[in-house]
Amino acid sequence: MYQYDQYDQAMVDARVEEFRDQCRRRLEGTLTEDQFKPLRLQNGLYLQLHAYMLRVAIPYGTLSGKQMHALADIADKYDRGYGHFTTRQNIQYNWIKLEDCGDILADLAKVEMHAIQTSGNCIRNISSDQYAGAAADELVDPRPYAELLRQWSSFHPEFAHLPRKFKICVIASEKDRAAMRLHDIGINIVKNAEGTLGVAFYVGGGMGRTPMIAPLIREFVPLDQMVTYSEACLRVYNRHGRRDNKYKARIKILVHEMGAEEYTRQVEEEFAHLLEQDIEPPIAELDRIRSYFQPPEFATGLAEKADRSDPDFALWIDRNCSPHKVPGYVSAAISLKPVGGIPGDASAQQMHLMAELAKDYSFDECRVTHAQNIILPHVEVGRLYELWEKLDEAGLGTANLDQVGDIIACPGLDYCSLANARSIPVSQKISERFAANGKGELLGELKLKISGCINACGHHHAGHIGILGVDRKGVENYQLLLGGSEAEDVSLAKITGPGFNEDGIVDAVETVADLYLERREDGERFLDTYRRLGMDTFKEALYG
Amino acid sequence: MADRNPVDLGTGRDDVQLRFRSDEQAGIAAVTVDSFLDQPDAEAVRIEPGDNALDLLPHLSRLRLVEVNFPAFTDGRGYSSARTLREHGYTGELRAVGDVLVDQLRFMRRCGFDAFAPDAPINEADAAAALERFDHVYQPAADEAVPIWTLRHG
Ligand code: HEM
Ligand code: SF4
Repeated sequence: MYQYDQYDQAMVDARVEEFRDQCRRRLEGTLTEDQFKPLRLQNGLYLQLHAYMLRVAIPYGTLSGKQMHALADIADKYDRGYGHFTTRQNIQYNWIKLEDCGDILADLAKVEMHAIQTSGNCIRNISSDQYAGAAADELVDPRPYAELLRQWSSFHPEFAHLPRKFKICVIASEKDRAAMRLHDIGINIVKNAEGTLGVAFYVGGGMGRTPMIAPLIREFVPLDQMVTYSEACLRVYNRHGRRDNKYKARIKILVHEMGAEEYTRQVEEEFAHLLEQDIEPPIAELDRIRSYFQPPEFATGLAEKADRSDPDFALWIDRNCSPHKVPGYVSAAISLKPVGGIPGDASAQQMHLMAELAKDYSFDECRVTHAQNIILPHVEVGRLYELWEKLDEAGLGTANLDQVGDIIACPGLDYCSLANARSIPVSQKISERFAANGKGELLGELKLKISGCINACGHHHAGHIGILGVDRKGVENYQLLLGGSEAEDVSLAKITGPGFNEDGIVDAVETVADLYLERREDGERFLDTYRRLGMDTFKEALYG
Repeated sequence: MADRNPVDLGTGRDDVQLRFRSDEQAGIAAVTVDSFLDQPDAEAVRIEPGDNALDLLPHLSRLRLVEVNFPAFTDGRGYSSARTLREHGYTGELRAVGDVLVDQLRFMRRCGFDAFAPDAPINEADAAAALERFDHVYQPAADEAVPIWTLRHG
């Protein structure tokens, strides 16, 4: 894992002092709320329905056990004993007091963490594949590139007041487990025909009210020009991104309105200019960062098969464990989606336990996924059973990764001031329904995603089944969407038709699931059957 | 792009409160980019957020003062304008005017601004603290600061 040196530490320490000072000036009244807002936002502090919400960055979703312990301590000390893991691999606390913020940031800085640029119109936390460094199919570990971009983008003087927030994702395999093309910039580490590593740039994806899949704008940027190319992409956006309407301010709108070709032309021109400016970090820096991501000392000669005699355990292996590049290991997913629970929530106690388990079973490392679960990346197959028993005892052993119960849901009307409708109760009802009727067991992979309003924090556009909360004459109403995917077969879901009330939407999900169960062919997932049959068949089932 | 609306070029904006240059302050009035391009002897220009700094590049040698207007501090186009001018060799005064606040000073300095004419006076003790708070920078910009990655590798 990456570790701060004296420079990294000095930067976050200075930031803590700066923010303390800004809070002081706000409390004294020398800063107005309007002036304070963009400053607090660049430190992840939102004002929500009931309290301040603080978002803490978890760069590329990677955490040490010690850091997870610290997150648990913050939940206990400053919040109500809970944290909420988010779709951008961060954690949020929902009940924070302004007076405590300086101390929280100081506690975070002690474990090399921060809340820098977790909100605001700047370059946000860089996300990545949760199986980085472990996945059997990856080309290289993408995190060193993400870390380099983290440093480059931190306190970037030119890009602190962009037209809108800016999200970058880095992956390094053909399988996309991080919704790469739904980011403002999606970076895929690739090899060219000569076998040299480089970077493919996808620019202008995003969700929100106008979802777009990022087009490929450059197939291959040499590794030692990645930062320069990123800078060119950002500068053209900063120069021309729309500022007249915040709903049209994301880079996806610029790329769409200008055309990917013209945008690319301007980027290339700026890139040529910036190459002369010599702004790229030395390649030695990438090597230095890489040295922190060396594989841990994996054992050899381990058993490759687990004893599957306990059927509940066997099911958990099948659903929650993924192949590892080293024989005898797997990556194990801890589902934060117990039946009827709040997706992505973890209690301080659970966080402490996950921290312990990371230490004991996974070389002191864990990951947060964009689907709001936790991964232990490197677990010996032979020790899975004892791990599972401990998880199960703590309510963390749910076997439902990528199943209908593994729902992504935004905070919705229970917390969020922008919401039209509640997301959490709907997700709870759906997971309870499919657990009770046993159909959840039959459905296989089915990604269900719920947002409480058009801003799409719950990724509903990318759900095999998506649910969008809308306001219908003052009543909460839910639209159903079908056919989205955030993976390498990326697509945007489409609305089926008129919306449903809270119970109606649960029934509607069951209706489309039934249709799938009835009509699926060999090996088809829900998404495949939907794509084969088309929307009309599903509409027919829903609306007759 | 869209908003090229002419704004008030009124007097208050020219009161430079902070200046980081040793040369004499140019006592010339800045004109809009359009006027500047029309007047071959103009030496000072004011860039609005919607103006493209690239249009000025052929004329850098006659420029002595560039003002970059920030009607709202949240509109960050002026940062790119400033850096663009510096990267193309402009060495004259680069003045941030308008809604310039203490918390933006450091990044503005890093992008090449060396004079500030804020709408509302900045508390100078706060300004000094803000400019000194960070000892290091992660990335190069239009200033002399040496990025951390260079310090690491000599
Ligand atoms: C509760 C307070 C929250 C507020 C007020 C909020 C606000 C917003 C807004 C306004 C957007 C649309 C931005 C745009 O399209 O330009 C957005 C998008 C998004 N938010 Fe949130 N959000 C909140 C919580 C969350 C949480 C908890 C998560 C993670 C679970 C999250 C993840 C996202 C994601 C992934 C997007 C989509 C990004 C994209 O459009 O590409 N947000 N949020
Ligand atoms: S999707 Fe809407 S309701 Fe949900 S968190 Fe985002 S802004 Fe709030």
